[in-house]
Amino acid sequence: MGKVILEVKDLTTKYVTRFKEDVYAVDHVSLKVEEGKSLGIAGESGCGKSTLALSLMGYYFPPLHYMSGEIIIDGRNISTMKPDDIRKSILGTEIAYIPQAAMNALNPTQRVIRFIEDVIQAHYPEKTKKEIYELACYSFETVGLSREVLNKYPVELSGGMKQRTVIAVSTILFPKVLIADEPSSALDVTSQKMVIKMLRDLMEKGIIKSMIFITHELPLLYNVTDDIMVMYAGQIVERGTAREAVFDPLHPYSKGLMGSIIVPEEGLRSVKLTAIPGVPPNLKNPPAGCRFAERCKYVRTECRVLNVQLKELDGSGRAYRCVYSEEELRRAYKNA
Amino acid sequence: MREERIPILRGEGVTKVFGFGRHKTVAVDHVDFTFYAGELASIVGESGSGKTTLAKVLLGLINETEGTIYYHEQKRDISTHRKKQEYWRGIQAIFQDPFSSYNIFNKIDSVLLDCINMRGGRHLSREKKTELMAEACSFVNLKYEEMTNKYPFELSGGQQQRLMIARIFLLKPKILLADEPTSMIDACSRATILDYLMKLRDETGMTMIFITHDIGLAYYVSDSVYIMEKGKFVESGSADEVILNPKQPYTKRLISDVPKIYEEWDLSTV
Repeated sequence: MGKVILEVKDLTTKYVTRFKEDVYAVDHVSLKVEEGKSLGIAGESGCGKSTLALSLMGYYFPPLHYMSGEIIIDGRNISTMKPDDIRKSILGTEIAYIPQAAMNALNPTQRVIRFIEDVIQAHYPEKTKKEIYELACYSFETVGLSREVLNKYPVELSGGMKQRTVIAVSTILFPKVLIADEPSSALDVTSQKMVIKMLRDLMEKGIIKSMIFITHELPLLYNVTDDIMVMYAGQIVERGTAREAVFDPLHPYSKGLMGSIIVPEEGLRSVKLTAIPGVPPNLKNPPAGCRFAERCKYVRTECRVLNVQLKELDGSGRAYRCVYSEEELRRAYKNA
Repeated sequence: MREERIPILRGEGVTKVFGFGRHKTVAVDHVDFTFYAGELASIVGESGSGKTTLAKVLLGLINETEGTIYYHEQKRDISTHRKKQEYWRGIQAIFQDPFSSYNIFNKIDSVLLDCINMRGGRHLSREKKTELMAEACSFVNLKYEEMTNKYPFELSGGQQQRLMIARIFLLKPKILLADEPTSMIDACSRATILDYLMKLRDETGMTMIFITHDIGLAYYVSDSVYIMEKGKFVESGSADEVILNPKQPYTKRLISDVPKIYEEWDLSTV
């Protein structure tokens, strides 16, 4: 077992709406990322994936509020730190974030190098422009961009190049954890592959120590990460290695997600895609009992009453949240 | 499958050039195509290959620089606004971004009412119209009672895209052009959207043209596939032919770029 880089214990965060209603978008989430490992988070829109990413950085501003739990990065608890301290000493150096719309993350009126200077000088004011330029060149080389890009404006770059620029900038200070929130969903398949390869290279070269990758595309996650966590309505419903989560899902929701996979492989045309019926529950007043009960094929009466906790399977890190036992679930899938 | 196939939309040497002289960009470069009635064709290519430009030309939103398009084996004439409207009665589109497809000032009712009026249902009674709208909503599994008096932006992306399909259901065009209809929504709703599109095709027998960069999606839905590279069609044929036995290196690359789960995904070929 490697060294644990990021550990989250029972993290709960909420949004407060205009009408003072609480929306618990991240509900008692615990996770662990070891050195050299990557964790994937899957789930449909609105299940709290992106909120979890924002919460992990400990950088809260309204309407997002911290409720309870701990975030420990490399032995340091950041959940109680002030936002200002977090910005100065955590973001960029300990934990870095690639947003979903990386295309819009760059300032259109600044050359890329000016933007990088800003970022670095915020953390190391003593660095000279020449040192920063050297660092930027090194960082750009690792992501396969030429140094001419540094002197360009963001509008001159293509979508894939912008995305790579953003990744280069966010990893320039060698963060311990990189959170990639749908880094490739706005790109076409070719640029997507390039981005994935880059992220892998960054891990191999040790520029980033661990990674959290968020997406709704299971095939992509399967190829990128070591472990997969499936989220539904703010809760973790399943956790396991990538292979287990994709080929042997336990929770009915993860099973349902598998039914919507499209890969260009022989035999796809004979398979019928099965979507999960219905919509996720409104988190303003989540249903009692299992949150997936409304859409679940195997629903029983106690599903709607019992508040099921995440069940750990014998020490392998595998866990799921369902009233059924493992054997019962497997039998149900076999008969289906 | 070699029965009588009626061409519904045919193009010969269709070209679109943007700019002049030094800044000339040939977005669509002499493409020939024939879409048959009831067929589901896909146009696949990476970003910047001219897919969307071709879609706009097909829709008549921009004029082709060169070449001719035949609609129902007759030369397409969209020179006046009236003729254009007539043409749009036969061809409709679903766009990539559901969030910007709607007029934010119009309620959902008026979106659907517009469709009924366009199909010549202006004289129908209010009850009949409501019935039609409810039918369209239930086709895509939306509840009309919940939809009425709402604005499109109050819905989620998947719901908005489904409402778009409800529109198409009311309009019943001959051709539906879907420009990346599922790229902005998550994998789970994607299956739903595809389901409804398939159902729509089975019920009305309309021709569908899918424009996508996801070759897996194209393989799943389509009868025939056109692969587009830099404004040209480099390979075309039936879906099984093109995707299981690709001949062009470009097609092979597109297929290898999609993450797979049963085969090894080769990352070294970037």
